[in-house]
Amino acid sequence: MNLVVPIKLVPDLVEELVIDASGARLDPDALRLKLNEFDDHAIEQAILLKEKGAGQVTVVAPDIEGVDDALFTAAAKGADRLIKLTGNWNNGVNNHALARVFANFVETLRPELILTGVQAHNDLDGAVGPQLAEHLGMPYVGYVSGVVVFDNKAQVRKEFPGGLIAEMDVVLPAVLGIQAAEKPPRYVPISKVRATMKTAKLETFPAAELETAGAPTTVRLFQPETGARATMLAGDADAVATRLVEIFREQGIL
Amino acid sequence: MNSDIFVVIEHLRGQVSDISYVMLAAARGMANATGGKVIAVILGHDVETLARDLAADRVLYMEHAAFADFSSDAYQRALEGVIKEHAPRAVLFGDTTMGGDVAAWLSTHLALPLVSACRTFRADAGALKFVSQICGGKMMAEGDLPAPTTLVLMVPGGYKPEQGRAAQAPELARVNAPALDDLRVTVKDYVEPAVGDVDVSKEAVVVSIGRGIQNQDNVELAEELAKALGGVVAGSRPVIDQGWLAPTRLVGKSGKAVKPKLYLALGISGAPEHVEAIGDSEMIVAINTDPAAPIFDIAKFGSQVDMLDLMPVLTEKVQQAKGL
Ligand SMILES: Cc1cc2nc3c(=O)[nH]c(=O)nc-3n(C[C@H](O)[C@H](O)[C@H](O)COP(=O)(O)OP(=O)(O)OC[C@H]3O[C@@H](n4cnc5c(N)ncnc54)[C@H](O)[C@@H]3O)c2cc1C
Ligand SMILES: Nc1ncnc2c1ncn2[C@@H]1O[C@H](COP(=O)(O)O)[C@@H](O)[C@H]1O
Repeated sequence: MNLVVPIKLVPDLVEELVIDASGARLDPDALRLKLNEFDDHAIEQAILLKEKGAGQVTVVAPDIEGVDDALFTAAAKGADRLIKLTGNWNNGVNNHALARVFANFVETLRPELILTGVQAHNDLDGAVGPQLAEHLGMPYVGYVSGVVVFDNKAQVRKEFPGGLIAEMDVVLPAVLGIQAAEKPPRYVPISKVRATMKTAKLETFPAAELETAGAPTTVRLFQPETGARATMLAGDADAVATRLVEIFREQGIL
Repeated sequence: MNSDIFVVIEHLRGQVSDISYVMLAAARGMANATGGKVIAVILGHDVETLARDLAADRVLYMEHAAFADFSSDAYQRALEGVIKEHAPRAVLFGDTTMGGDVAAWLSTHLALPLVSACRTFRADAGALKFVSQICGGKMMAEGDLPAPTTLVLMVPGGYKPEQGRAAQAPELARVNAPALDDLRVTVKDYVEPAVGDVDVSKEAVVVSIGRGIQNQDNVELAEELAKALGGVVAGSRPVIDQGWLAPTRLVGKSGKAVKPKLYLALGISGAPEHVEAIGDSEMIVAINTDPAAPIFDIAKFGSQVDMLDLMPVLTEKVQQAKGL
């Protein structure tokens, strides 16, 4: 069975986010990118499925700076093929345009199952997963936290609010948006990733022409206007703890 | 051009979700600006009950056995025709586990633009603008709502659900459902949320840990602090997904909503999916090394000290204060 995992790098939110001179974009030079955490779960889920039966895991990413590390890490975890799509990714691309181009390419891999991360925090026009599904004529289920495959079906656990889970049948081939893998993503030591870099092959394919029209565009980016910010307690851990105990007393918590 | 605003009502097991009322409230403001009507769309059965307090001018509904449970396949096929036929100014969906499976597919299928994570709308000289909440609540993106028809995924927080509730039931109009045979997505069963050791939604003191806890060994520090405070430990999604706490302890969109006297958020950034479930807390105290963390926007008190330094000291001082 062919399992395909498209992966995406997103801004690391722990870093300060800087708006560029245009006022409508994050300054790319100030960004640190990292793998979308849901993709880490999608990769893990794919590898777990591979380990349970025959199957090949292909990880696909746009050829942008920093993506090699993410691909090699996936290989160190057990991914079989690593593919970079070359194209004009520099100016950012909306998800609808991306989904068209990805669908075009992914179709050539004849996947039975495509596992995307359920979403990324910087989308403005919806997740790529359901869009890929439409292009490929496949069903889509997102917010998935567990997958079993048999016959021509995937049995998935889909999350609803409040902790309710639906067990669903999805006819293959299908696209699933992974929220969490069945097990926490495995850890691979850097040394193993380094070793993989020496042996694993990165394949590159050209992406089709991007057609970017039709999507909404950001005219203005801004930090949320905050109402009341928290009163910040100064000092070291000891001073803060002392003050907190007073506050807890005043509030009748202690 | 049709200036109506459509709202796809989200309901689960006979219960209309809060996000539906939030969307109706948003739609009213939009319709006032466009001069259109607010039309609720319900796919389901027992529509009278579902529709009874929706603040809509009209309800279009479809009934079909396939809507008894949520199937993205059924929803996509059913809504495709309605949207094509009416071509309203906007169609609002919840940016949720249901809307998310449907809206992006429809926008691709119908070649219509889509705006996700929308929190509020603004009318500017007759033109509608969206404001979306991105980057885990750290950024807002504003732009024009493309005409003539745009699909929108809406997050909570911008409007109060009460504004979307009406005292009187709206007028109902039935639409025929398309053929929904051979669905490729079907619900087989439900797994109820585990009734675990504790119910975090009922606790008066919740010590909640996020990714800042760093590893499983440190969880014990939080357990000790919670014990000293007479409360329980809960956590954000990454902590639960790593298996460091049981799923029953998850606070947020996919877990429990809490309303304690004290919500002590340790190493939690304050992503929208977390924050939507803690707003009813009497007091939120946030400890986070990042001064720009959105959690400080809703906390009463905050500090930038390292949570790992703070936890043992605070435990000790709380114990002392209690004379333990
Ligand atoms: C459909 C969907 C549903 C979701 N449901 C939920 C849900 O129910 N609940 C939930 O929580 N999330 C949910 N999420 C995930 C959510 O988007 C965030 O990813 C998550 O809340 C982030 O958790 P966090 O704040 O612990 O981690 P991060 O965002 O990584 O934040 C960690 C924080 O810890 C701080 N920190 C690091 N080290 C220290 C230290 N030593 N001392 C103090 N501070 C430190 C950092 O500055 C940072 O702000 C959901 C996401 C999706 C897409
Ligand atoms: N630029 C991209 N390159 C590769 N995969 C992507 C890209 N954008 C989205 N995806 C996939 O779709 C998932 C959801 O991201 P998004 O569609 O941005 O919400 C990601 O986790 C990836 O699996």
